Amino acid sequence: MEMVVLAPPAPGKLEDLRRRFFATPLQALLSLISFAIMVFLVWKLLNWAVFSAVFTTAGGPEACQATAGACWSVIAARWRIILFGLYPFEEQWRSALACVAVVVMTVLSCIPAFWTGRRIAIVWGAGTALYYVLMKGGVLGLAYVGEEAWGGLALTLFIFVTTCLIGFPLAICLALLRRSELPWISRTTGLIIDGVRSLPLISILFTFAIVLPFALPQWLAGDKLYRVILGSALFFSAYQAEIVRGGMQGVPNGQEEAAMALGMSYWQRISRILLPQAMRNALPATINQFVISFKETSLVVIVGFFEILASGNAAYGTGEWRFAYVEVYAFIAFIYFVFVFSLSRYGAFLERRMSVGER
Amino acid sequence: MVSLLRNQRARNTLLQVLYVGSLAAMILACVMIARQNLAQQGITSGFDFLFKSTGWDVNFSLLPATANDPYWWFFLIGVINTLFLGCTGLFLATIVGTIVGLARTSSNELARLLGRTYVDIFRNIPLILQVFFWYAVITHLPTPRAAHEAFGMLLTSRGLYVPVPNVGGVAFAAAILAVIAAIALPVWLGRTSRLSQPPGERRGIQLTTAATALASAAILLALGRLPDLPLLDFPALQGLNLKGGLRIPPEFSALAIAIAIYGGSYIAEIVRGGFKAVGKGQMEAALSLGLSPWRVFTLVKLPLALRAMLPILANQYVWLMKATTMGIAVGFTDFFMIVALTINHSGQTLEAIGILMAGFLAINLSLAAVFNRINKTIALKGNQLRG
Repeated sequence: MEMVVLAPPAPGKLEDLRRRFFATPLQALLSLISFAIMVFLVWKLLNWAVFSAVFTTAGGPEACQATAGACWSVIAARWRIILFGLYPFEEQWRSALACVAVVVMTVLSCIPAFWTGRRIAIVWGAGTALYYVLMKGGVLGLAYVGEEAWGGLALTLFIFVTTCLIGFPLAICLALLRRSELPWISRTTGLIIDGVRSLPLISILFTFAIVLPFALPQWLAGDKLYRVILGSALFFSAYQAEIVRGGMQGVPNGQEEAAMALGMSYWQRISRILLPQAMRNALPATINQFVISFKETSLVVIVGFFEILASGNAAYGTGEWRFAYVEVYAFIAFIYFVFVFSLSRYGAFLERRMSVGER
Repeated sequence: MVSLLRNQRARNTLLQVLYVGSLAAMILACVMIARQNLAQQGITSGFDFLFKSTGWDVNFSLLPATANDPYWWFFLIGVINTLFLGCTGLFLATIVGTIVGLARTSSNELARLLGRTYVDIFRNIPLILQVFFWYAVITHLPTPRAAHEAFGMLLTSRGLYVPVPNVGGVAFAAAILAVIAAIALPVWLGRTSRLSQPPGERRGIQLTTAATALASAAILLALGRLPDLPLLDFPALQGLNLKGGLRIPPEFSALAIAIAIYGGSYIAEIVRGGFKAVGKGQMEAALSLGLSPWRVFTLVKLPLALRAMLPILANQYVWLMKATTMGIAVGFTDFFMIVALTINHSGQTLEAIGILMAGFLAINLSLAAVFNRINKTIALKGNQLRG
């Protein structure tokens, strides 16, 4: 018997193209305009960044100024100051290794197998300790390097990691205090959270770095770096506390009542019933908050730290490379982009993964 | 004593007193130590310093300012600068965000790709890096002698020079108000229930109102015109410097551009989310009623999308308003920089921090109030079911 084909024949390549981009005159116009913009931008960018760019340091700054394209030799000449700041030259391998430790730690904590309270605490504790020992030295035959010499990407990562490490537990505490049944405790905590959230981060960093030494006894003031980290952790925790609280509100009341009926104590209820479910609800927003807080570490440049943005300013600020600011900023922007984009893609992936059950 | 601890009510009270009391004690101790430290430096606390002259100057101000003016005047200038930069940035960011957001929701694959690339690039680069970048770009522009010229505007490393009309300040402000009224009044007339005509038959009133307002704007400009000068004041090179026109300083333009581009990428996502939230059935219903695609967009899609995105948009606006504090990175005298300068020069640390907190609280609260008002106006009335 002969088969009867009922489906229309598959459209050819040209027909497919016409349907996708030129279905109506308006569509065709839109497609053409978009295509023109795209071609123009890509061509300009490629021409600047690749075709007429200078990649070697051989000619020095003079060879660069002559071309119309990018001058990547500024990066080749200055990458060490951008990535490591004023860290002693011979010891910079330690700074690089410390950055790798932080990256490995972040990647590990993205793997679901590590998502128990204890494992994640071990990974972050060990990673930060490793970073600290590598950077500071003074033990295991490593030469001592004080915090004032830390800089560049390594400092940015350190501020980010410690902010999260202090801020996350603090956020959970604040969220629990805010949902306390005792009115004065929840109200006061609410006041603190809303107060911090209404202020810009820069003003908090400024207060912690410059004003706080006046208001603390001498023995408590500590190093400026740690005060700023504390301020940034406080800011992070105020936002994160609201995210955690939102996650807790998503947990049905029956869960906690059931736990109570089983005779579980407050801490058992919190750590075994409430928090695991709340954290699952809050995960996408939490990743988003990590992304934001990574971008916001760049603000410490204002209170005078030599993190990656300041070291970038220094890299082109001196006489001979003064013209090459675009290349330096593009390099730093690229570094930020790699970190932030992969983190936010991961967040989007998680969101899809978690919504599978709800479909 | 032990029995008191076993009593739940007594224990709860004790816990609350301990919590609030220890926090209050900590803050009090900090304030006491700070006052003591400041007193040792010969700084008396109190708000008397507000009426002393500052002795330093600001580089950007919409109001007249000299080093002889008192501190309270400078704080006011700071707040106005912050609001001015914030509103300019928000306005530009909203335009950028709407265009990119529409591109992201368009049915055209290429336009979607363009919008997505924009959002992915600019959302993932910190705002302050973008501020630094644009500031470097503007300060590396040619000197006034070799300025780029376009439409009577001059692009130089000292800022952007634009032509301004030779009109007195008060008359100019009044004319701007009249132009705003020419746009706002017809819209209001179209919606109010105080007129006897049905909304469809008000075109005549609307047109007359708009024409009257525009005419009065023109009259105001003509009346306020400065004598013996051309209508427009063009910037021009005189000696080594530029004379005439209005100078927009590089600090301001760098911040405004960066906020517009960065904020635009966030607002684009909000706009996209808003349009995605409009139910497919609503659109199909509108199309099947025979409405043209344009009317489906303006009558159905846009109002529903606006309603969905406004609360998120309000949060984003508050965030962007706070982002103006990055002015201190490039030396724009916004509210926060004025506070920082005050602390540096006068040493009135505690008072200045208090003013800073109060100022931002006031800005945030008033923005929230404005948005609540708008939200209430466009929210669903009655108890219709949401589709």
